[in-house]
Amino acid sequence: MNETPAKAPRPKKGNRRKIVLRPMAPIVPAGNIAGRSLMFVISIMSFLACLTLGAVIMVQDTANSWQSQISREITIQIRPEEGLDLAAELDKARDIALGFPGTTGATIMDDDATARLLEPWLGEGLDINELPVPRLVIITIDEASPPDFASMRSALDQAVANVYLDDHRTWVDRLVAMANTTVIIGLCVLALVFTATILTVVFATRGALSGNQHIVEVLHFVGAEASFVASHFQRHFFLIALKGAVAGGLAAAFTFAVASFWASNSLATPESDQASALFGGFSMGAGGYVGALAIVVITAVLTAMTTRVTVIHTIMEIDLIRSDPARSI
Amino acid sequence: MIDFDNVGLRYGMGPEVLRDVTFDIPERSFQFLTGPSGAGKTSLLRLMFMSLQPTRGFVRVFGKDITTIPQQELPKLRRRIGIVFQDFRLLDHLTTFENVALPLRVRGREESAYRTDVKELLKWVGLGDRMNVLPPILSGGEKQRAAIARALIDQPEILLADEPTGNVDAPLAQRLLRLFMELNKLGTAVIIATHDLSLMDQVDARRMILSGGRLEIYE
Ligand SMILES: Nc1ncnc2c1ncn2[C@@H]1O[C@H](COP(=O)(O)OP(=O)(O)OP(=O)(O)O)[C@@H](O)[C@H]1O
Ligand SMILES: [Mg+2]
Repeated sequence: MNETPAKAPRPKKGNRRKIVLRPMAPIVPAGNIAGRSLMFVISIMSFLACLTLGAVIMVQDTANSWQSQISREITIQIRPEEGLDLAAELDKARDIALGFPGTTGATIMDDDATARLLEPWLGEGLDINELPVPRLVIITIDEASPPDFASMRSALDQAVANVYLDDHRTWVDRLVAMANTTVIIGLCVLALVFTATILTVVFATRGALSGNQHIVEVLHFVGAEASFVASHFQRHFFLIALKGAVAGGLAAAFTFAVASFWASNSLATPESDQASALFGGFSMGAGGYVGALAIVVITAVLTAMTTRVTVIHTIMEIDLIRSDPARSI
Repeated sequence: MIDFDNVGLRYGMGPEVLRDVTFDIPERSFQFLTGPSGAGKTSLLRLMFMSLQPTRGFVRVFGKDITTIPQQELPKLRRRIGIVFQDFRLLDHLTTFENVALPLRVRGREESAYRTDVKELLKWVGLGDRMNVLPPILSGGEKQRAAIARALIDQPEILLADEPTGNVDAPLAQRLLRLFMELNKLGTAVIIATHDLSLMDQVDARRMILSGGRLEIYE
């Protein structure tokens, strides 16, 4: 690097030794310790924010699918009674239901199916006709144009004895309310994680900058304008934040990919059935990935903005506060 | 160029460091600022550099009262002033060459446009073979010369130098003084704060002597 002048006589007088300069170093030093820990903090926070976002999207999707699955079916119940021809009543009920526009099919639960349904409670090999068990007709409906439940109910009441039409309305309403509450809670958690991310990024950025105050001061004193100094620091911190946030976002996407792989690979087990009933199979969909991308971008932009504000504030402090002799100790 | 009018300065609740200081720095003038340690030389230079406000009185730099200059105008005015800090304030992550070139870089100049100028100046101050060295490796005198070169590189209208020869031997001090005089001949007003009596004896220049907060001027 600093070669000593050669002892050998110079070939020609005035032929100066060439000094090779290194390429100009950036004004703000890259790769200081504070920068690395800032990157780490940002990656953790964006990872958490992405995970929360993914969870909220998953809950919302699941709630939606519950709602549509359940309202796809309605049931007609007929209670048995002494002297009532149950089979005839069931046929009648099915025919009335099928007569309405908007129903796509109707199945009478036969004796075997009903027995199987009750097996867990009453045990095997029972004769269903000896018990006063209500019998069911399951009607599938066209979700796009559902039948008029009120007139179907009154038509059934008039023609069929002991009939009860269950359109699952109460159940669906309650489920939707619960799902909406869950989504609202999820959104609140997301807002909290987001606020925490923002605050962490702001404080970590300020911390990383505090070690560079002397650079800000020297640059300003040799004639650099605040925006010039800010833009140099900003570029540097934007890159740090972008790297950190991308790492966090990728880690979150990877986590979701692993979870969905696990869910689809162990689909047959009862545990995964429960999990997929609850979580809808860990699929995040395009919305989740767009959201994660947005989190990455927001984090990086926010870091850059914090840097700019902090640097400009530092310069203001140099010019206004530290230049005031009354504020010295 | 610089006008002081009954300037008083006190830090916090402390004693008055400067009292009723009145003087002006004419264009193309050359002067020494001297006085015992703690007399307020650095404080006076900070006032001239607009990085300190007076407690009383008026300081005018380039005809503007420094208490009324909007913040965003300060960089433009400071570009017309070269300053050598007593503690050098070189950036440790930049080489000597990059440190000296920094004022030009922040003015948005291209490296190719000033490379030879910077090299010439570094050779003049005896740092020709220290261009690629980082400041922590430089000796005290070498740092001092780098700081001086950084202040001179853009040919300022005013040069403020705080103890610019404090860390160099007599022959080198003489050489640096010649550099300042050269610069003065080219039109720069030079103010050198120093304790060094032998340095002052080499030039017949105005002497501003600070003691007990008062300023006396010997033409
Ligand atoms: N920021 C400050 N806050 C409080 N007091 C200060 C501050 N800067 C300087 N002083 C005090 O003001 C007085 C003058 O200091 P100054 O640095 O101007 O002296 P100086 O003449 O440059 O001394 P030296 O020759 O040792 O460099 C000293 O008593 C010092 O303690
Ligand atoms: Mg001093």
